[in-house]
Amino acid sequence: MFSFLLRRSGVMVLTAVCLTFIVFFLTNLDPNLEKLTKSEGNQRMTDAQVESWLDRNGYRQPLWKRYGEWLGVAPGWTREDENGTIKGRCVEPDVAPADTPSYCGILQGDWGYSLVFKENVGGIIQRKLALTGWLGLWVLIVMVPLSLLIGVLAGMREGSKTDRSLSTFSILTTSTPEYVSGVILIVVFASSLGGLKWFKGTAQSAMENITFWNFTLPVVALALYGMGYIARMTRASMAEVMTEQYIRTARLKGVSPRSVIMKHALRNALIAPFTVIMLQFPYLLTGVVIIETLFNYKGFGWTLVAAVGNNDIELMMAVSVVAVMVVLVSQLISDIGYAFLNPRIRVS
Amino acid sequence: MDPLSSLQIIGQILVQFTPVWIGIAIILALSVTFRSRLGLYGKLFDSPVGLVGLVLVLFWVLTAIFADQIVTFDALEQFSGMKNKKPGWPVRGQEGAYFLLGGDNLARDVFSRMVKGSQIVLAIAPAATIFAFMVGITLGLPAGLHGGRASDTMLTFLANLVLSFPVILLFFLLVTPEIRQTGVTLWLSGTLFLFPIIFFVILFYSRFNQQPIKLAGLLILTLVIGFWAYSGLAFNADPLGVFYMDPNLLNIFVSVVFVNAPTVFRIVRGLTIDIKTRDYVAAAQTRGERQWYIMLWEILPNARGPLIVDFCLRIGYTTILLGTLGFFGLGVSPESPDWGQTINEGRKLLAIYPHTALAPALALMSLVLGLNLLADGLREESLKD
Repeated sequence: MFSFLLRRSGVMVLTAVCLTFIVFFLTNLDPNLEKLTKSEGNQRMTDAQVESWLDRNGYRQPLWKRYGEWLGVAPGWTREDENGTIKGRCVEPDVAPADTPSYCGILQGDWGYSLVFKENVGGIIQRKLALTGWLGLWVLIVMVPLSLLIGVLAGMREGSKTDRSLSTFSILTTSTPEYVSGVILIVVFASSLGGLKWFKGTAQSAMENITFWNFTLPVVALALYGMGYIARMTRASMAEVMTEQYIRTARLKGVSPRSVIMKHALRNALIAPFTVIMLQFPYLLTGVVIIETLFNYKGFGWTLVAAVGNNDIELMMAVSVVAVMVVLVSQLISDIGYAFLNPRIRVS
Repeated sequence: MDPLSSLQIIGQILVQFTPVWIGIAIILALSVTFRSRLGLYGKLFDSPVGLVGLVLVLFWVLTAIFADQIVTFDALEQFSGMKNKKPGWPVRGQEGAYFLLGGDNLARDVFSRMVKGSQIVLAIAPAATIFAFMVGITLGLPAGLHGGRASDTMLTFLANLVLSFPVILLFFLLVTPEIRQTGVTLWLSGTLFLFPIIFFVILFYSRFNQQPIKLAGLLILTLVIGFWAYSGLAFNADPLGVFYMDPNLLNIFVSVVFVNAPTVFRIVRGLTIDIKTRDYVAAAQTRGERQWYIMLWEILPNARGPLIVDFCLRIGYTTILLGTLGFFGLGVSPESPDWGQTINEGRKLLAIYPHTALAPALALMSLVLGLNLLADGLREESLKD
């Protein structure tokens, strides 16, 4: 078990380094740097001026070196000005040269400075993640129990009427991406055409104060898309367990159907859905970006769109690191959890 | 003129879709007549779920084919006085002409845009899925057959790398106008578009290498057509100008293939590991067949069931991806009527004029639903025997 954990974590770190390097490469492509220069300097800079600005600000070092600086394993660049002041990646105007650290990357906790929001990236990320955390929490609270219930009910008796109708419902929800369900929900429950106007069509006010009226639609829209998939996996797993020998034995012994389901079937049927739920996180992330844009809820997903739209390189990198880590950690938990929950895997 | 009532609107729309109804009727009638000879497709008619899916898919395929006969107006033309008008509103100055599903924010006909949008989706999604399958199959078969070797470990690591990448982030980074200047897209398309050629060359070579004349003919045909299309699609350098892809479209196409290929790779690899232990593979090995013959002519045909099911599901998923791209304004072109982009334009005024976003949203949903139901029906029927 320990060597499995170690190997799995090793692969995860390697993957994280590769992915962040790819993102670093893609965000630091020449056209992006040129846009950055012009927005920092002025729009009418000549190519030579752009080049010299990039050179003076350390953007013309080799890509590996700059990635190392950003990560915090290579010392930040420094350069002495014509009039003797020292400029550099880690140099800040009100810190004495002696106190200036030579390394300043994300390993040192320095996430950089957002040019659009005019503040430190670390603070932005923390605040936005908290907002998205609430959204994600409510989605999980709605999605997981409901989808497990649907899956178990459908899988209990394969081919029955309940199974048919619940399975069709699951297929319907997996066919409805968030931007479609969001639009339909807003039209039905929050617009003049639907006439119901029960809920609010934007979640802007939910950033300060989450209420039933402003948070229901985004949560439901997000939960619906993921629900169908988890329910189908639970159904398949449940249906498989119900054909096992030990279920038949329990039935023939005269155990009540209720007890057969609760005590014998569920425990084994819920192992596979656990993995599926963990692997839903990457998809949830895409959904969060769509839903936050649609409902104007300024959380993590909204920040991603804003960072990309405004070519805010440092913020883009930070958002990417968080997104990649969410995906990788959920994969790790799903692997370890599966091995932990399923004794058959653990032995081998 | 008075606006149409709801019933009149529905009636008018049904009339507009006449070519589609006729088409569906002919196809279904022919299929039912010859169902016993049609294999898996014929068995689909035993499953109500699969049949509903098939009809939905047929509806949109035929809509895309007959789009020019179905539309009531030009999808890009603007009509004065029709901005954000309700469904069934009469067009000013034209007797008996109505905007069946209303007008959008730029006074264009929502109905015609929805119909035209189906062409874009149904041109890109299946093609991108086929390319992703070519890449996944060509790499997945050897990886599965030689499981555990360095090349397999390497490919699996790469596939997991792409799969760990948050899809939305990859799209934001890859589908930008700036990235075209850097050549990343060209590099990607140059690599990915090679796979279909490699696939067919190996396919024919492994089967016909004892029949030099037939082999030479097939190889020359593959290579000529393959590289002709390749030069046009990947590098826009087709000497005859037949194969051409808009640079923006190429960007989207390549990104979608790139995102889908690793999943197909994993599925094919898993299936190969399962199938390679079967007796007929052992028999082929004993006969002394070559590796590639075993992969492409023994293992692949026996893996077709799950692959066909996944193919249907994947077209649906690709449709959703294309919609997501359009929703974030990364669509084919700013004017184009593709569904995701129309939803994006409509969502800004959703609370006041819901009809502009609702039509493409329902269209997209019904197409994906059809594909998913079709996949479900196929899976059910293929498991029966």
